[in-house]
Amino acid sequence: MKTLRKPVYFLCGDYTISLGTGRKEFHPKKPRPGLEHYIAEAGKGVVAQISDPAAIDEGFVGNFMAGRFNRQGHLGAFLSLVDPSLKYKPSTRVEGACASGGLALASSVSSVLAEKSDLVLAIGVEVQNTMKAIYGADVLAAAGHYAGERKNGHAYFFPSKFSDRAGAYKERFGLEKTWEAMGRWYEQAILNARTCPQAQEYHNKDKDPFASHQAMKPNPRSFCDHINFYDCSKVSDAAAALLIASEEGLAKAGKKTSDAVELVGLGHSVGDLTAPPEDQTVLDTSRHAVSQALAMAGIDISEVGVIEVHDCFTMTGILSVEALGLAGHGEGAAYVISGKTRRDGETPVNATGGLIGWGHPTGGSGVRMAVDLVKQLTGTAGESQVKVSADRPYGLMLSMGGNDKSVVSCVLRRGA
Amino acid sequence: MDLNESLSLVSVIGAAGKMGSGITVLVAQEMARLSMLEENRDKTFRLIAMDLDPVALRGLQDYVHNQAIKAAEKQTVALRGLYADRKDLVENGEIIEDFARRVESMVWPSTDLAAVKGSKLVFEAIVEKIDIKTMVYKQLKELCPDACFFTNTSSVPIGKIDEQAGLDGRIIGFHFYNPPPVQKLVEIIRAKSTTDEVASIADEIGERLRKTLIPSHDVAGFIGNGHFIRDGIHGLVQAAGLAKEHGWAKALYAVNRVSQDWLLRPMGIFQLIDYVGVDVFKFIQDVMDAHLDEDLTDPVIDRMNELGVLGGQHPSGAQKPGFFTYDRGRIAAVYDMEQKQYLALDPQGWCAEVDAWLGDLPGGFRPWKALLMAPDKKAALVAHFAALDAMDTNGAQLAKAYVERSRQIGQALVDDGVAFGAEGVNGVLTSGFYHLYGPINDFCS
Repeated sequence: MKTLRKPVYFLCGDYTISLGTGRKEFHPKKPRPGLEHYIAEAGKGVVAQISDPAAIDEGFVGNFMAGRFNRQGHLGAFLSLVDPSLKYKPSTRVEGACASGGLALASSVSSVLAEKSDLVLAIGVEVQNTMKAIYGADVLAAAGHYAGERKNGHAYFFPSKFSDRAGAYKERFGLEKTWEAMGRWYEQAILNARTCPQAQEYHNKDKDPFASHQAMKPNPRSFCDHINFYDCSKVSDAAAALLIASEEGLAKAGKKTSDAVELVGLGHSVGDLTAPPEDQTVLDTSRHAVSQALAMAGIDISEVGVIEVHDCFTMTGILSVEALGLAGHGEGAAYVISGKTRRDGETPVNATGGLIGWGHPTGGSGVRMAVDLVKQLTGTAGESQVKVSADRPYGLMLSMGGNDKSVVSCVLRRGA
Repeated sequence: MDLNESLSLVSVIGAAGKMGSGITVLVAQEMARLSMLEENRDKTFRLIAMDLDPVALRGLQDYVHNQAIKAAEKQTVALRGLYADRKDLVENGEIIEDFARRVESMVWPSTDLAAVKGSKLVFEAIVEKIDIKTMVYKQLKELCPDACFFTNTSSVPIGKIDEQAGLDGRIIGFHFYNPPPVQKLVEIIRAKSTTDEVASIADEIGERLRKTLIPSHDVAGFIGNGHFIRDGIHGLVQAAGLAKEHGWAKALYAVNRVSQDWLLRPMGIFQLIDYVGVDVFKFIQDVMDAHLDEDLTDPVIDRMNELGVLGGQHPSGAQKPGFFTYDRGRIAAVYDMEQKQYLALDPQGWCAEVDAWLGDLPGGFRPWKALLMAPDKKAALVAHFAALDAMDTNGAQLAKAYVERSRQIGQALVDDGVAFGAEGVNGVLTSGFYHLYGPINDFCS
């Protein structure tokens, strides 16, 4: 597919709060809402923005591991919790680890392009605070290759995978610079999250997040060799939802193109789950998916004004900057330190805090990114709004699963 | 004797008590770890958990289970290494469960002292009464002729037990702080008669359990209680003085606040006595009073014991009523000994009056919790005490007298040959009591 065979629009996004440590509402020992609540709340936030919920033709629910976190499968059939009129409509749960949300978007787009549906509700959801982090690590490790790498893997399986990448990056491109960039990435995530009331770090009051990060040296005995807790996205309960529409779908929803953003590029790549990364300092699958998306859009990264990347760890944020082509190989750390990714920088990245600041409901993050880009490009991001200039009217997102194994990238353009 | 061999058969006497249960969990974990090692696969490890109370022993089994799980969850990074060749156990959850089951399987509960027969290592954590301890040790000596005896006493002189029970120096003081699985400090008290072998095993096992070991001489109360009991009595005397004018509730509230906020301690002195137990406080006082040439009784503690207002904890860990009642760990009401009833805290009413009477905290005040990990802790303490020094409010006067008394107590522990130098005293207060500073220092003048 070189270009989309018909126009596809993203619109009417909404999300719940990201509940977990850091939020005032969160108490580990008190009962919390379940999956059903999050799916319904995010979905209702979307349908409240359109004239007739029954106009929605189909649903896709992106989710990674409800089967273990919540002992619940069959998430597609929760669709009518959003609105009773959706009963009997087709609805499918899609899974691709932490890229599940990205896959829900891609699947929705396919359905519109196949003319099966004109108006699709894409939902991404994960409710992970049902277990302690040490057990959650087991669940999330399924995003790697269980038979091949779990037994010899670390207790904190994924943190250690990206700790290894951080270690390789530090060794090759300089320890101090890398560590400083990781701290700056964390700081940026917290500062941005404070602009978004739904973000998990919205209540974070740390006067100097950078200093806090730098002061906590990695502790291999209790955690990982090259990263600390601040380098990691937290455990989150949240959902996000938005509509994906053809021109007919927009009309059925009572919306104009100016209410929406247009999808102009889509990339979807998978690597080999059974193989270790060829180069720990490169996100090659991400790079592939982004190139695909940019090529389809027929643009260069320099034309992109606002970006959402999958910074499950600070190191992933830095490596993503390189995968996007904003900085060359080994130059991502300096790029981040220079402040170019900050909200007032050259190309703001993760304006509501990203996975580290906004939160990381694993299977929901891809949809959450799309919701944020729609808000940014339609000028409805409130306190989180960054300046998107007319000569760089594109937004780009990167939704990644596993250790850079499943990636969905979308290029979106401000509506006419 | 080799330490690993000693750990093959261990007994804990008083295993279902507050300290005994913690020691049981801690030692059983180390035994479970040893049992995993290649060279020990064909060896057996057993911990006899002896207690006279069968109901409490049943509770001990639940406690061991819960604590073993918690400990395994914290050590999963290392446990995965220990389980590297167990191909059948892959996930953290599987390894944690297996290790916890292994810890539990170490513990053999018994209500019969004879069950400890042949033990190589005996931890004793029974009541702080020398006659009872002596009686038990006389039996233990017969049952375990090769054992090293580690007594968890916090006050009874080790040499006295040795002498009365005839243990030939096979005993040493191994004083854990409460709760043993969490608290890092162990006071090591070597009696004059303690053999080198026992002393070296004590050092080794302390290291193996990753404890901070601080030696104390064999003087009743040692360092920890040597300071705590006298410090507590100072608070009680201060409160008794204030009670004449303000009544007991206000007096206890005031001194508790001063000893926490003005002195920057983790909790106020009466909350700490409640935590330890008003009854336990008295046991320790009585032991020290009997062995030292110093009046260490206090009429308030005696009266509280007569009234049966004893503090301490429920098995769940929740605090029982003592000088205060507690709601989710926070002080809710204060006991008035004359009225024999609790007076609820009233932040807008009588508490505000007491607060006004005490006056402002020293300028730039930051609470204990904020300072504990603060990088500028030392400078903050210097500034706090300099500010306190310049103040003359009622609160400041009480605080200055308190700081000075604490310093005197600490210095006397050095001068009287209880502690091995000021570091010993300061080490126990900072690592065992979580004080931000030792009582012997140069920034509180």
